[in-house]
Amino acid sequence: MAREKKRRSHGRRSPLAAAALIGIGLVLSGGIYAGASAAVAATSEPTAADTALTAEDGQKLFQANCATCHGLDLQGTDDGPSLYGVGALAVEFQVSTGRMPLQMQGPQAEQKPVQFTEEQILAMADYVQSVAPGPDLPSDHILDGEGDLARGAELFRINCAMCHNVAAAGGALTQGKWAPDIQDTSALHIYAAMVTGPQNMPVFNNMNLTPEDKRDIISALLYQQEEQAPGGFNIGSLGPVAEGFFVWIFGIGGLVAITVWITAKSN
Amino acid sequence: MAHEHDTQAVERVYRPSPGLAVAVDDPVQNPGLPPHRERVTDKDPQANRRAVRTVYTLFYVSVAASIWAVAAYMLFPIEGEYATMGNIRNNNLFIGLGIAFALLAIGIGAIHWSKSLMSDKEHVEARHSTRGSEPTRAAVIQAFATANEESGFGRRKMIRNSLFAALVASVIPGITLFRNLAPNDGNDPVQLLNETMWAKGERLVLDPEGTPVKAADVTIGSAFHIIPESLAGLSHDEGYLEEKAKAIVLLVRLLPEQLKETEERKTWSYDGIVAYSKVCTHVGCPVALYEQQTHHLLCPCHQSQFDVTEHAKVVFGPAARPLPQLPITVDAEGYLVAKDGFSEPVGPSFWERH
Ligand code: FES
Repeated sequence: MAREKKRRSHGRRSPLAAAALIGIGLVLSGGIYAGASAAVAATSEPTAADTALTAEDGQKLFQANCATCHGLDLQGTDDGPSLYGVGALAVEFQVSTGRMPLQMQGPQAEQKPVQFTEEQILAMADYVQSVAPGPDLPSDHILDGEGDLARGAELFRINCAMCHNVAAAGGALTQGKWAPDIQDTSALHIYAAMVTGPQNMPVFNNMNLTPEDKRDIISALLYQQEEQAPGGFNIGSLGPVAEGFFVWIFGIGGLVAITVWITAKSN
Repeated sequence: MAHEHDTQAVERVYRPSPGLAVAVDDPVQNPGLPPHRERVTDKDPQANRRAVRTVYTLFYVSVAASIWAVAAYMLFPIEGEYATMGNIRNNNLFIGLGIAFALLAIGIGAIHWSKSLMSDKEHVEARHSTRGSEPTRAAVIQAFATANEESGFGRRKMIRNSLFAALVASVIPGITLFRNLAPNDGNDPVQLLNETMWAKGERLVLDPEGTPVKAADVTIGSAFHIIPESLAGLSHDEGYLEEKAKAIVLLVRLLPEQLKETEERKTWSYDGIVAYSKVCTHVGCPVALYEQQTHHLLCPCHQSQFDVTEHAKVVFGPAARPLPQLPITVDAEGYLVAKDGFSEPVGPSFWERH
């Protein structure tokens, strides 16, 4: 009796309130996270414009920051590969996605905050290109995003989707390696990845995917990046596992909560 | 003195408990109903009125949500110039929300009504025994016997047996129909599973364009997705997908010294270029996750890994066999061609392949 009275004096808080609060909290924090990561993802994108810094400045930067592993003359050391023939494009990609300078040895180089300004990166790229040339920055035409979307999407599904996921959400490889998501990668970096084949990604040379093919693929990916998902929440576009988890937790959780409410005695 | 008494008195009278603290005659005793407890709505007329208000509000919310669903159908058009992904999504979302709230509000209202306002006095309805009474049972047996006699089911053997035959025969058309779902275009399914379009001299072309590939195009570290040239010309009706599902191939180039080739397969590669079937030998997913530095191929379905340097042998996972290798060479114009078809069936095990 005493217990009943005490509960009543606390007001009628149903046991469902706790469940509802947790649910609301989860949804809110998910939403805030999604919003925040979208905001952080909006970064500027370097262009092939002329730089105020010269290849000589690039050489100094290279010797100060890269030569320990890649050698004073790009010849490579025990700690890092030679950079002969990697070209300006690879330097731009590796440094301005934050993969280089490498933070630590691991399954694969991680993206982290960029260490140099755009000008410094282009200067280093010029320097590397001047010593032993390789693929250079592409023309604006390839990056314009005006290619054939349907064809680009088909080429993406044949050549890229097995690793990067059909919605470009990325995926796991072997032994701790992974194919990163490319849902907010810039056109230049998509192009650079195809041409230079960073780390375990295969190279897609111009005989495999012609420059027009690459333009179509880039266009399809840029279109996907901008277009809203037709189905509402895409839960990371990770497919049936993520969607299954969502249904198990929120769908079945909701059913359990309703069942508890239906069978609970009214007070 | 105490110690001169019978020292074993306790042992003589003590009877250990058989293990049950309480002797229970009937293990499942009827606990009866708990005393009826009055609800807030029974005692407090104000709470009662509030509950009534909640219930009818919920029902009116349901009406409003139904109307909203119809309105949303008109407010978010998806035809003509409005046929964009965003509009379709809004249209689906708001119609769906309207219908969901309409049904949910009816349900919640009904349950709230029954829980807070309808009588909640519990009473017991005893279950009757499942066995029928003797006369009932006799009557049923009698009914069957009479029916048997009057219909002649047991007596007229011809009729009875022909009925059984008819019943059995009626299932046969179903079996025939389902049987025909198996490939039956005059080809032996085992044969179909054994063969792909690859044959001697068949050019390796890019999927899906059909561009032939020169050996020099295949640079180290690249991965080419390849189909046979005659497949690229097939239309959908000519079995493009069926043939493609078997014939897809991955072409990669390694340094020739990285390849560990067996004697008899030395001639199957061309200058470090090797071609392997992309159909997983586990259950047939396309194995195309090629890691250019480790030279491993990963199947995304169940994580089988194949080592391209060693004839695509299985290095991890459930696949039972290496991926079949396509022997390749170059033709007079320098294009890559198949030296021969696959020497074994591609893909997963089937009933005549283990
Ligand atoms: S289908 Fe490739 S591992 Fe199962």
